[in-house]
Amino acid sequence: MTSTTTFEKHRESAQTRSSVALTINGQRHELTLDNRTTLLDALREHLNLTGSKKGCDHGQCGACTVFIDGQRVNACLTLAVMHQDDEITTIEGVGGVEHLDPMQQAFIDHDAFQCGYCTPGQICSAKATLEEIRAGIPSHVTKELTGPIELSDEEIRERMSGNLCRCGAYANILEAIRQVAKERA
Amino acid sequence: MKAFSFERAIDAAQAAKRAFEMPGSKFIAGGTNLLDLMKHEIEVPPHLIDVTHIGLDEITATDDGGLRIGALVSNTALGADERIRRDYPVLSRALFAGASSQLRNKASTGGNLLQRTRCPYFFDPKMPCNKREPGAGCAALDEGADTRQLGVIGTSDHCIATHPSDMAVALRVLDAEVETIDPEGRTRRLTLDEFYLLPDDTPEVENALSPGEIITAVVLPAPVGGTQRYFKVRDRASYAFALVSVALIEQENGEGRVALGGVAPRPWRRDDADAELANGATAVMAKLLDGARPTPDNAYKLVLAERTLAALLAKE
Amino acid sequence: MDFNQSADENLFDRARIIGKPHKRIDGALKVTGTAPYAYERNDVVENHLVGYPLGASIAKGRITRMDAAAARNAEGVAAVITALDIDELPRADSNVAKLFGGDLVEHYHQAIAVVVAETLEQARAATSLIEVEYEETPGEFDLDDAWKRLQDRDVINEVGDVDAAFERAEVSIDEIYHTASQSHAMMEPHASIADWCDGKHLTLWTSNQMIAWSKKALATTLELDEADIRLESPFVGGGFGGKLWLRADAVLAALGSRETGRPVKVALPRPFIFNNATHRSGTVQRLRIAANKDGRITAFDHSAISHTLPGGSGEDAVNQTRCFYAGENRRVAHHAIDMNLPEAADMRAPGEASGLAVLEIAMDEMAEKLGLDPVEFRILNDTQVNPEEPHKRYSDRHFVECLQKGSEAFGWRERNKVPGSRREGQWLIGQGVAGAYRGAITMDSGARVRLSQGKLVVETDMTDIGTGSYTIIAQTVAETMGVTMDEVEVRLGNSAYPVSSGSGGQFGAASSTAGVYAACLALQEEIGKRLSIESPRFENGRVVSGDQDLGLFEIEGEELVGEDTLHFGDFQDEIELGTFGAHFVEVAVNAYTGETRLRRMLSVCDAGRILNPITARSQVLGGMVMSIGAALSESLSIDTARGFFANHDLAGYEIAVHADIPEQEVIFLDTLDGASTPLKAKGVGELGICGGAAAVANAMYNATGIRLRDYPLTLDRMLDRLPAI
Repeated sequence: MTSTTTFEKHRESAQTRSSVALTINGQRHELTLDNRTTLLDALREHLNLTGSKKGCDHGQCGACTVFIDGQRVNACLTLAVMHQDDEITTIEGVGGVEHLDPMQQAFIDHDAFQCGYCTPGQICSAKATLEEIRAGIPSHVTKELTGPIELSDEEIRERMSGNLCRCGAYANILEAIRQVAKERA
Repeated sequence: MKAFSFERAIDAAQAAKRAFEMPGSKFIAGGTNLLDLMKHEIEVPPHLIDVTHIGLDEITATDDGGLRIGALVSNTALGADERIRRDYPVLSRALFAGASSQLRNKASTGGNLLQRTRCPYFFDPKMPCNKREPGAGCAALDEGADTRQLGVIGTSDHCIATHPSDMAVALRVLDAEVETIDPEGRTRRLTLDEFYLLPDDTPEVENALSPGEIITAVVLPAPVGGTQRYFKVRDRASYAFALVSVALIEQENGEGRVALGGVAPRPWRRDDADAELANGATAVMAKLLDGARPTPDNAYKLVLAERTLAALLAKE
Repeated sequence: MDFNQSADENLFDRARIIGKPHKRIDGALKVTGTAPYAYERNDVVENHLVGYPLGASIAKGRITRMDAAAARNAEGVAAVITALDIDELPRADSNVAKLFGGDLVEHYHQAIAVVVAETLEQARAATSLIEVEYEETPGEFDLDDAWKRLQDRDVINEVGDVDAAFERAEVSIDEIYHTASQSHAMMEPHASIADWCDGKHLTLWTSNQMIAWSKKALATTLELDEADIRLESPFVGGGFGGKLWLRADAVLAALGSRETGRPVKVALPRPFIFNNATHRSGTVQRLRIAANKDGRITAFDHSAISHTLPGGSGEDAVNQTRCFYAGENRRVAHHAIDMNLPEAADMRAPGEASGLAVLEIAMDEMAEKLGLDPVEFRILNDTQVNPEEPHKRYSDRHFVECLQKGSEAFGWRERNKVPGSRREGQWLIGQGVAGAYRGAITMDSGARVRLSQGKLVVETDMTDIGTGSYTIIAQTVAETMGVTMDEVEVRLGNSAYPVSSGSGGQFGAASSTAGVYAACLALQEEIGKRLSIESPRFENGRVVSGDQDLGLFEIEGEELVGEDTLHFGDFQDEIELGTFGAHFVEVAVNAYTGETRLRRMLSVCDAGRILNPITARSQVLGGMVMSIGAALSESLSIDTARGFFANHDLAGYEIAVHADIPEQEVIFLDTLDGASTPLKAKGVGELGICGGAAAVANAMYNATGIRLRDYPLTLDRMLDRLPAI
């Protein structure tokens, strides 16, 4: 095994910052970042996009959920420097106070949050849940792997389980998602 | 997280070569486990090699009727692949039983195999852990430690951690092999029992990969058919690691295969246990869990494993 | 304004806005991610640094050496402050564990240093460069050991002759129960930005439930005048009691700011929430109940222990047993055992959540022993007076109606009456019921209402921790002043505003709206004076008196301000104020694996006037969810070898996820409690968690015939008793 000293020497001499161009909500941002910067910290600390929340910083709560190239991910567990040329969408890109996305409106209509801290992540996941069902991606509760996927309460609950809500707004989140699903149908 | 330099690899061979040249470096794909560990300084690589642009993100047919899953195929893409859902449903089930959609979208096939234990003492850098720091001791072995989630078999006097992957349990029951390339450009294939090493007195060495060697694919043999199921038992209904999981393939003639997750440092399977399948869950577990060394807090896993298999075998 | 007697009929009995469903007025900010939480105050703070804490790696002892040279030399580091650099900071009355300074280590992950750097990455990495040596001393970490040792328990109160009652009891039970230590696990970690650049004036943007308490605690801890401190906490990402107090994030940020002369922000890393911040203590409880054959309870004997750091009060699980059910002879005792774990303090429904989790299992056990329906048994033992002090009547108690209405709505009559007898495939199905009780505390609360440029601006240091304070306060102003919701602007969580009740103990909604009402009346008086009119009426945006009729926003001249504090009078000491409920649960337990999954849950609540049925319902739903987590999965695992909570992250500490939560329903009884507040309202934020866990336990018993008395009710506790395979 290589000694720790060698590692530390490397760290001191090596280039530990990188330039990266991030495309966020359609806007390109040229940044030079410490390689350690997560996408979440790049958003919150460097771009003042604080809608994506830091609840645990370890992929265990889902408050930081954003879209990368259309797929939902935990922004806390990916490095910003790995997302050159990727299309990133955050809650700010989903909708603003003056132009709410239907899912955001549905969350208000059904009181699908209380403290609001997990909410942006919940909304991103809620939108992704409907897309993933539409795309035919199964889940843990899908009855027949090779059959069509039902847009059932059980499916929604399972697919939303990567977003913790300590205020316990789950029942209302479900209602909000159902409202949007109904509007779309 | 300690500072590190960063590069993007262009293909697997080059990645392996670069990793060999940069001692201590790590490959990063999904990053969902590595970055978690780096934030705690459990992993402290001085250099990261981004392998997300080396291809290997396809699932292709093999000549013998199986599938070759590129190491960079995401857990979602793998679980949702129509061929996997149709011919290897136990794998699809295991994948969707794990983590969350967000994590599955990011996590790679190779990374999933390499994820490290969730032992709370491994995860707390202030606790002695032979896996993190060889020779430091193991906090989990002290009386009064929290061992409810830890291993009951295949463990050692130095480490009782489990491997947390659901996917690997399904791959084990499917007899999948891991394909790698080393810095010299040599490729090889390993069964999962060859790939995963038991802790013995070197719990820090978890697999057979040599320095720089990188996983390029997981190869599934031709479909074996049968009824394939994955039963993951956990405290909450989702987004939790298994207390015990059972991957089961049952053939109409009563033969089959069983692998366990959540009980050992690697997916746990024995041929002589498979052979007992027609004799029921108790007979299977008598073989499969022979030699188990549980703690008072996790001895329930032995009962749970048996009852979980019984639930799968019960026709109700 | 003094509230010295029960409210008579008043304007809230003819309400247009109070008591009606109104969507949250802060909703758009929250769903767009633009509500500013403490760590995100880029709108008011520039040029800040980032602080990152280092936690102690032992539970008890002293720090003998700290070497921070490497950390200080690390890239980007502006300052390192170690515990050995400063004397122990004075502890505020409201803090039990020390927050910072000095060599003494009282618990694992106690903050022992903070590194302040340009970026999070730099600060975090530098903390691990600090070398620390300790002299460790043995500690006490095992509550069961303490229970075994403890012979004499403090009797809080005894009424009648309990021992005699048990001697002549026709039916009795005597069992031991355990509840687990729990973490608030709010989604927003404790976080603060401090500007103490001049070393004299401190501004703290923080996430805190109690502005005035925390300001006072800051003044004590940092030895400042309260006048030199300003706190802002307009949005709080969940608290549940975990943010009632001043915590290390604020102190470290302040010290960092003073040291560097720049604002500093600190968020507690998630593992710190479990071992650095506070938690609910686990309990060991012994509960005896005696009754006559007819089902009338003759005696309760409830004793419990919980853990605490020296000087704290632990988790008093026996309190509700003093007053919830009838019975002539009663004894309760609680011992807070000194242990060297992190600080045990209040978490949602402190005491009752743990006490009812046990009492309501015991009630189920008694009902079964008596051969009575558990609903009927509870109805039979209802009381309209405090049984310890029968001259104290409940001001408004409809517990029986909660049970009856719930039975009806849930279909209780059709339930499975023989435990373990209903099976659907691999699943055993059962139903359970539990009663809920939580006191209806009131706290003096102040507010200021300004008539300003076409709107009414209300200012109070009240916080909205997800409870809906913004909305119900706007409703109160709109109702009292006769305007629309759009014409009210609510400003909360700022120490520059009048001191309110704050958020805690489910007293916030009732108390703060009463305070806002008082301020509105003060403003009305000012308006009357300005217009020289007597007893004006405020309706439809107009001020009406005799033949005068003027638009409220057309009043000319300088801004008018009404400010007042609602003081709750002593008369409340002579009555019992409480909130009541009943939970009904259906579970499925896997006959093979013991996995328990909820199928449905109904809660019926009696909590006076419901100020806003939307936000109140959400509060109850949330309490129910937390009780499900408490029942099935939440447990801080104490490593009794090393003295810390080993599962200190959100993967190891399992709160309920969406898939755990089935169909939920909430029914509010249409009740009014004039003795509580002028709005006749009581709190409901904690009622939902009271008793819910026991309803789950009782449903599991009904499903399996297995009686579990130790939380969480995980499968490993019953595998050996499930049907043979």
